[in-house]
Amino acid sequence: MESTAIFEIFLSVLRFAAPLILAAMAGLYSERSGIIQIALEGFMLFGAFVAAASATHFGSGFAGLFCAVGFGIVMGLFYGFLVIQLKTDQIVSGTAVNMLAWGGIPVVSKMLFDVTSKTPAIDASERLPQWFPIVLALAVVAVTYFVIKKTPFGLWLTVAGEKPEALLAAGIRPSSVRWASLMITGAVAGLGGAILSVCLASSYTRNMTAGRGFMALAGLILGKWRPIQACGACILFGVCEVAQLKLQGTVFPLIGTVPGQLVQILPYVITLWILAGVVGESRAPSKLGQS
Amino acid sequence: MLFRFFSLVACAFLTNSVFAADFTVALILDKAGKDDQSFNASAYRGIQKAEKELGIKFKTVEVKDAASSESMLRALAAKNFDLMIAIGFSHAGAIGKVAPAFPNRRFVIVDSEVKKPNVTSVMFAEHEGSFLVGAMAAMASKTGQVGFIGGMDIPLIRRFAMGYEAGVHHIAPKNKVQVAYIGVTGDAFSNPPKAKELALLQNSQGADVIFHAAGASGAGLFDAAEDRKFLAIGCDSNQNGIKPGRILTSMVKSVDVAVFESVKAAKNNSLPGGTTINHGFATGGIDMAIDQNNKSLLTPAMLKKANEIKAGITSGKIKVPDYYLSKK
Repeated sequence: MESTAIFEIFLSVLRFAAPLILAAMAGLYSERSGIIQIALEGFMLFGAFVAAASATHFGSGFAGLFCAVGFGIVMGLFYGFLVIQLKTDQIVSGTAVNMLAWGGIPVVSKMLFDVTSKTPAIDASERLPQWFPIVLALAVVAVTYFVIKKTPFGLWLTVAGEKPEALLAAGIRPSSVRWASLMITGAVAGLGGAILSVCLASSYTRNMTAGRGFMALAGLILGKWRPIQACGACILFGVCEVAQLKLQGTVFPLIGTVPGQLVQILPYVITLWILAGVVGESRAPSKLGQS
Repeated sequence: MLFRFFSLVACAFLTNSVFAADFTVALILDKAGKDDQSFNASAYRGIQKAEKELGIKFKTVEVKDAASSESMLRALAAKNFDLMIAIGFSHAGAIGKVAPAFPNRRFVIVDSEVKKPNVTSVMFAEHEGSFLVGAMAAMASKTGQVGFIGGMDIPLIRRFAMGYEAGVHHIAPKNKVQVAYIGVTGDAFSNPPKAKELALLQNSQGADVIFHAAGASGAGLFDAAEDRKFLAIGCDSNQNGIKPGRILTSMVKSVDVAVFESVKAAKNNSLPGGTTINHGFATGGIDMAIDQNNKSLLTPAMLKKANEIKAGITSGKIKVPDYYLSKK
């Protein structure tokens, strides 16, 4: 195979991985601070819709991204209100946010555009370039790595998830750290959804995240709640996705054709494997879900 | 469970406004929804036409998955709808269970066959239409390679693929056809980003005309065609206008006509139960879209060939392989 074709496939893998990476980084902030984040799918879906709707309104893809980030922060605060202020069960609230996205967006879409499942197409000139999601995702990973490793806030995040009493003793309220982390989660997950609709596609389509939020969560667990490893896990999922597209119909010596289904379940099999402790241990923040 | 509860409540709510005296129809769409610009959109146009011309009342519901389809159908049947039209293969199992429980109600299922006395099945000869657009793709291709993007990997979509390949080889026996599917779950029909990656991949491997049978995911193919300047072929509805000049043609499945005709027949009490209605070129249920958006893309030679193929298939001179039959 020539080098351009390999490069082409490499880019394709990264494009698949980019939304997953962003969502996994989003989940990382929340989960490290001790709040379970299964609402990534919902956050992304809101991000995708808000970005597409505002991109068509303002005629600019970047405007779409900004609005998605803004709305993501609002959703993060809303989720924080549920789980920090009202102390509701995090799994149940997260599921509720997902359901709100599945059911709420069609209603809003119907009011705005008179269709339930699709926003008007964004013009090619207003769409963001194809390399943009890749650069953005890798930049977010770098920033996250820096924040977690080098800044006091990163330390507070970890302590909030491991030993909140220690944080309190140091004069910092764990709940404040969690509020901040949820705002970041909302913003970054919104960004992850936004690049789906304004870069990788040309409009919002109903449920277009297609499970990417849950996949990102699996990537986060597989990456042991660490930025670089989680990014690597998401790229691995990207490889599986492209392999599933690429290997269809390919005949291998001895084995014959590999069913696409088999390749597609790989990410989940690997995640289960890791969780079962077969390939190295993955330990969650000890206060996850108990705040 | 929660979903079921909500959908039941929603049904109860919806049907209150339907008057008993009118002929009432429930249209049950599949998960891509009525605005997929493709298969479901076509069904919706049909029911709208029926409302306007036949004066019927209708309700549209969209189901999230096959499990909610059964409870939805049950709720609608219990609500005295005169006719229930289920759009899509995913409802087949549910119709098979619900129809015998409501022997006095009439059901129509599009795209699948359910053998029950009160169910009318409507099938389309997708393989024939795909054969035709496959031939067009082969004539338009400069690289000698074309692609096919299927949504979910199921027999129905394989039927498209098989007909398409045969059509390509009818014109150019040596041409390569890249066939790939987006996924193995229903999500594959609503995943444009993945369809786009698949299209880019096929294009980078040399395919310069790509046909999709992937519902709402098809939008991703059209985006890729626009970015990389190759040709796409639309599916189910006439999609030529989505990206004028980049869509060679669309294989049109007249679900709208099928819906309209079955409502009309049911209203006149002449809807044959327990039978299967087959649509192909002969009935006009399957065709290739030609309008001002793709006029410049289709050469006179292609149009001539298209008519030859249609006539050939109708008369039986051209045999199109059918995946359904090849499996049995």
